[in-house]
Amino acid sequence: MRNLRTLPAKIIVVVLLVIVVYPLVWLLLGSFKTQDEFLNDPAWSLPHHWQFSNYTDAWTTGQLSTYLRNSVIAVFPALAFIVLFGTAAGFALEVMVWRGRNAVLLVFLIGIMVPGQMILLPLFTTYFQIGLTGSLWPLIITYTAIGLPLTVFMMASYFRAVPREIFEAAVLDGASMIRAFFTVGFPLVRNAVFTVALVQFFFLWNDLLIALTFTNSSDLRTIQVGLLNFTGQFGQTQYGPLFAAICINVFGALALYLVLNQKIMKGLAGGAVKG
Amino acid sequence: MERVLGDKKTILMLLGPALLVYTAVMLIPVFVSLGYAFFDGNAITGFTWTGTDNFRRLFHDPDARSALWFTLKYAIILTTLQVGLGYGLALLYVFVLKRGSALVRTLIFFPVVLPTVAVALLFQKFFEIAPQEGPVNSFLNLLGGSSVDFFGNGTHAFWVIILMDLWRSAGFYGVLLYAGLVDIPEEMLESARLEGASTYRLVRHMIIPLSMPVLLSAVIFSINGTLKVFDSVVALTNGGPGNATTPLTVYMFQTSFSYGQYGYGASIALMLTMICLLFTIFIFRSARRDVTES
Repeated sequence: MRNLRTLPAKIIVVVLLVIVVYPLVWLLLGSFKTQDEFLNDPAWSLPHHWQFSNYTDAWTTGQLSTYLRNSVIAVFPALAFIVLFGTAAGFALEVMVWRGRNAVLLVFLIGIMVPGQMILLPLFTTYFQIGLTGSLWPLIITYTAIGLPLTVFMMASYFRAVPREIFEAAVLDGASMIRAFFTVGFPLVRNAVFTVALVQFFFLWNDLLIALTFTNSSDLRTIQVGLLNFTGQFGQTQYGPLFAAICINVFGALALYLVLNQKIMKGLAGGAVKG
Repeated sequence: MERVLGDKKTILMLLGPALLVYTAVMLIPVFVSLGYAFFDGNAITGFTWTGTDNFRRLFHDPDARSALWFTLKYAIILTTLQVGLGYGLALLYVFVLKRGSALVRTLIFFPVVLPTVAVALLFQKFFEIAPQEGPVNSFLNLLGGSSVDFFGNGTHAFWVIILMDLWRSAGFYGVLLYAGLVDIPEEMLESARLEGASTYRLVRHMIIPLSMPVLLSAVIFSINGTLKVFDSVVALTNGGPGNATTPLTVYMFQTSFSYGQYGYGASIALMLTMICLLFTIFIFRSARRDVTES
């Protein structure tokens, strides 16, 4: 009985894994092929002589280094603001006691649902009028705001699980509430902060809509916008460098994910049960 | 203690920055955008009042209608498929693979973290016909079929987008629903099985009702994401061929930034927001009715 049930299960698992992994393997092999091999050999053939220069081409001629730098400059400051502001707001909404805090939490919740398209046009006009267009500031500011609703909501629900007595004890020992937040509250929800930051990182790093709207010159392109315009840069599609660029993107994200895997899985499971 | 926990200055210092940024960059723009819908023009030319012209145009615009139709079709089909497939994966993890599912879960979760643009370019080459035949067409040739121009036909392109998004998201819904399923006590299912319940009846009458709350959050999450689809479509087909795969989001973007019609763009954005709101309320309502009935 047991064996009968495991054979189909094994086949299903193998098929699933092939579907997930094969496109990635094909991508990796492709990144070492020459243009000639791309156009004349069958799609599943292996590269004959491994052309590593595809990677240097993508990095320099393809300006991947510029795009990567822009992404880092736009995403990490926004991430820091999101975590600091969002955790403080979650603390104020859940640990502090005051009238109207549920209403404020609800106002933040609305932000999760609103599509980005609904705020793009006024923001574009405003950034244009105050002269921020032409820098990465529009991205940093917009990313911070877009990341806040979910962060505030999640941090509030994490603080709900922390007994309020802990903070009362800190206050009785003479700390101010602000100090209690930084020395007691923040370290207590450290794991949650990490999870939220990770989710927001992937969300912002992979963003296309905001980046496409506010990066009007090619020096400002983030990695996603740069990748989207990669084909155009060489005129005719240069498959090798394009595949190398996709590879850097894909396997970079994958490496980061593998390193932090345990924490994401734990965080996701924890968040889902609470939500 | 109440005085300390309710201290206005402290609350303001902690909540202030988040509330300020959120209000200035999200809340106010939502209302300004609402206002734009009654004007014509853009950031450079300035705005002129046109009353309800934009809405009247929206009502008669065949492009808007086809974008609306694409958005709804895509959201409903993809939500059904990705929650369904995710649920299948979750059942596989919990009841078939049991303890040994960690590695499989991790591998199937891989595509979730990959940048959409990169994945879309990968799929574009995977399904390509010219100048280079992608693996899919090579495989079709191998089976004796002729190559298919997947991006030259609206229906084919639609299914390639769906397939790609399924590939990207199934692992996520698998893990999300898995978290809901592992909470079902093993003894409960064991005793039902001992009393002779078939696997089908077990799933239909115990597992599905017990995992309803997490299934519901998955559906709401999915419908909200799929109604706002943008990256996948822009990077994979850019709305084409023609406008066959243009959702409302992309149509709004083109109208606003390619044609500089902010007013009309804002009215499309407003329609999209209303649809997201209606779907969320509708799912909440129907779920509540289900709970009270049972």
